[in-house]
Amino acid sequence: MSETDLGLWAVPLAILAGAIRVSTPFLFVSLGECLTERSGRINLGLEGTLVFGAMAGYAVAYESGSAWAGVGAAALAGIVFGYVHGLLCSLPKVNDIAIGIALMILGMGLAFFFGKSYVQPVAPNLPAIGLGWWSESPQVRSALQVNALFFIGAIAALGLWWMFKSTRVGLVIRVVGDSSDAARATGLRPNRVRVLSTAAGGAFAGIGGAYLSLYYPGSWNEGISSGQGLMAVALVIFARWNPILCFWAALLFGGAGALGPALQSVGISQGYYLFYAAPYVLTLLVLIATSSPNRAMTGAPGELSITK
Amino acid sequence: MTVQGQNAKGALGVETVGMTMRFGGFTALDDVSIEIRPGSFHALLGENGAGKSTLVKCIMGFYRATAGQLMVGGQEVDIPDPNAAHAMGLGMVYQHFTLVPSLTAAENLVISRADAPSVIDWSRETAALEAFLDGMPFRVPLDQPINRLAAGEKQKLEILKQLYLGRRFLILDEPTSVLTPAEADEVLGLVRGLCEAGQITVLMITHKFREVTAFADEVSILRRGRLAGKGRVRDLSHAEMAAMMVGAAALPQSAARDGAAGEPVLSLEGVRAIDRSGLKPIAIDRLEVRAREIVGIAGISGNGQMELMEILAGQRKPAAGSIRVKGQPFNARRQQARINCVRYLPEEPLRNACAPKMSVTENIGFRTFDVNGKGPRFWLGMRELGRNAAALVREYKVKTASLESPIAALSGGNVQRAVLARELSGEVDLLLISNPCFGLDFSAVGEIRARIMAARNNGAAVLLISEDLDEIMELADRILVMAEGRIAFETPGGQADITEIGRHMAGHA
Repeated sequence: MSETDLGLWAVPLAILAGAIRVSTPFLFVSLGECLTERSGRINLGLEGTLVFGAMAGYAVAYESGSAWAGVGAAALAGIVFGYVHGLLCSLPKVNDIAIGIALMILGMGLAFFFGKSYVQPVAPNLPAIGLGWWSESPQVRSALQVNALFFIGAIAALGLWWMFKSTRVGLVIRVVGDSSDAARATGLRPNRVRVLSTAAGGAFAGIGGAYLSLYYPGSWNEGISSGQGLMAVALVIFARWNPILCFWAALLFGGAGALGPALQSVGISQGYYLFYAAPYVLTLLVLIATSSPNRAMTGAPGELSITK
Repeated sequence: MTVQGQNAKGALGVETVGMTMRFGGFTALDDVSIEIRPGSFHALLGENGAGKSTLVKCIMGFYRATAGQLMVGGQEVDIPDPNAAHAMGLGMVYQHFTLVPSLTAAENLVISRADAPSVIDWSRETAALEAFLDGMPFRVPLDQPINRLAAGEKQKLEILKQLYLGRRFLILDEPTSVLTPAEADEVLGLVRGLCEAGQITVLMITHKFREVTAFADEVSILRRGRLAGKGRVRDLSHAEMAAMMVGAAALPQSAARDGAAGEPVLSLEGVRAIDRSGLKPIAIDRLEVRAREIVGIAGISGNGQMELMEILAGQRKPAAGSIRVKGQPFNARRQQARINCVRYLPEEPLRNACAPKMSVTENIGFRTFDVNGKGPRFWLGMRELGRNAAALVREYKVKTASLESPIAALSGGNVQRAVLARELSGEVDLLLISNPCFGLDFSAVGEIRARIMAARNNGAAVLLISEDLDEIMELADRILVMAEGRIAFETPGGQADITEIGRHMAGHA
C-alpha cells in the first residue's frame, strides 16, 4: 500500500471529514432553534433565515473583502428575521408555526431577489485550521481542514449549556419556556424574553447560512440549502432540547450527509444517490423512534405549541 | 413602609377596614373589615363569587380598592402593586402551582428571588438553601425536577418558597384543592406549626369546613361581597358556618338511599395495564358494580385510579382481562355505550369530556347529535339540539352567557353541571364517575352529589372514583380502596371505619 493510497480507510475518513464539514450549518441552526424553543416558541422560519444569511454573508464578504464581515452581516440579518418573528408572534392569537412558514418563504424570496447579482462573483472564503499536521498523507491533511466556525459552534454549544444551567438569563429562558403562568408570577415578561431568544436564535441560523456560502460549498446560488433549516427542527427534538446533544446530533446528521459523497469517492458508483437521502431517512427514523403514543416527550419545554 | 422591611422577622398582622371594591356598577366587595392577628391561622370561607378572590387581590395590590384602608403591622399602608406587597412581606400561594415543572426545586427557589445573581454559583446556592431548609420544620428534595414531585410536595415547596423569599404574611388560595386528604392534613398541619411558632400569619381561602375546624383559629365568612359572619372557629359549628355562607337558602340534601342492589351491571376480571408513568402495573383481579349500588373507590392519587377510569372510558388499552357490561364484552365503543346506557363523568371534564371551543349546545348534544330515534342520521337537527340543550341548562342550572358561548368560557362548576346534564339525560344503567367535585364550591358539591344519589335510586350502577374520602363515605354503598394499582380493601359503606380505610390507602395493610 503506497503512502497516498488509504484504500477502504478512505471511507470512514471521508465520513468524518464530511461530518465535520456538513454538520456546521446543522449545528448553528439547531443551536438557534434550541434557544428559541427553550423560550417556548418554534421558529420554522430558520430555513429562510439560513438562506438569507448565506446570501447576505456572501454579498458583504464580496463587497468588503472580509469573510468575517460577511459572517457578521449574516448574524445581523438573522437577528432581524428572528426579531420580526418574535414580535409578530407576540400579537394575540398569532400562531408561531404559521408565521415561521411565512418567514421561511419570505427569507428565501428576498435572498433570491437580492442575491441575483452575486451568483457570479467570487467572495473570500472563511479560514480553516489544519489539524492534519501530524500526518504525511495529503488525504488526511485535507480531510482534517476544519473550519473555524465549527469550533465556534462547539464552544457556543457548551456556552449555551452552561447558560441554561448556571446563569440568570438561562434560567429565565427556561422558566418562560416551561410555564407562562409561573413566569408571570415571578414577575417576568414572557413575550419580551421570547422575542429576544428568537432574535438570538435567528443570529445562529444566519451564521449557519454564512458557513454555507463562505466555506462549504463556498459559493452563493439558489440551491445552496438542502433543507438544513427544517431538519434542524427535528434535530432539536432528537437532541431533547439540550445544546450539547445538539452538537452530537449535528455531527450524526452531518455524517449521514457525507455518506453519499464518501462512497462515491472510493468508486462505488451504483446507488450512491440513495445514500444522499440518508439525512432525510435519518430524520424520519429519528422522529419515529423517539415518539411514543403513551408517553409525553421528556425534556420538551411546556409552552411549546407542539407539545401543548 | 420602612418599618416592615424584608429583614424583619416574625409573623405580620393585617387588617382591612371598610374595604370596598366596585367594578363599574357591580359591587364585588362591600365594606369588609377583617382583622387577621399576627401568628394566627385565619380561614376565609365563601362560595364562588362571594368576593374572596377580590379581597385578597386588594390586599396583594392586584386591585386598588375603591374605598377602605389596609393596615399592615398596625400601620396604614398603600399597596399600589404586587411588588410593593412582596416588599412588605406579604405573599400568596395560588390555587394552581406556580412552580416551573422542568426546573429543579433549587432552580425554582433561586430564580424566584428578585436579586438572583446573573451567574449562579451552584455550590454556594445549594449550601445556602440547605442551611435555610435546616431551619424549617419540613423539607423537599432540592435536586428533583418539580414534575417528579407529588402534589403535596409541590404545595410544601410553594410554601417554602414564600418563606425563602422572606414573606411573613401568607395568603393560601384553596391550598388543598389538588391534594389528597392525607397530603392536605400534612401540609396544613405544618403550616399551622409555623403559625404557632410565630413565624407567619396565614389567611386561607377554602370551601372545606373540615379544614377550617381542624386547623384554623379564626374564620371570616363572605357572602355576595359582604362579611356574613366571623368568629373563633371553636365557637362555631359546621351548620352555623354553612348557614352564614349560603344564607337563608336551603342546602340541597343528598337524597336518601332507596332500594337494594340488583343484578351486576359492570364486571371486571383480571384486568392488567401499565400506569401513566409506564413503570407500575395496574392489576384489578375482580370488580363488580350492581344495579342500584354506588361502589366508591378511595385511594391516594397516583395509585391507579386515574388509569382505571381511562381503561373503562376506552382511553387506555388494557393488556389483559375482561370487561363486561350486562354480561357482554365491553370496550367503550360509542355503539356499546349507547346500547348499554353507559355514561361517564370523568375528572377535569373540560379536558376529558368536552370540546372546549365548541358551544354549550354542541357539547350537551354529544350523546345524541348523530342519532335519529333508533337509527343514525346524516344531517344535524340543530333546532332539536338547541331545544334539548336549553331544557337541560334550565334543569341543571348551568350558568352560561348564552347557549352559543364556548363551553370553555364557563366556570368549573358549570362545566361540571353541563356534562352531568348531558350524561344523566335519558336512561342510565351504568355511571362511571371520577372526582366529580374537585374545586367546586359548597352548593355545587351538594347538588352534584344529590344527582348522583338520585341516579342510583333510579336503578343505575355507579362506580365513583374519588380522592375525597368524605364524598365516598357519604355516597358509597360499598367502599373499595386502591393502593399501588390493586384493590387492597373492601368494606360495606354503612359501617366503614375511616382509620382502617386510611391505613389501607397508605399501603399498610
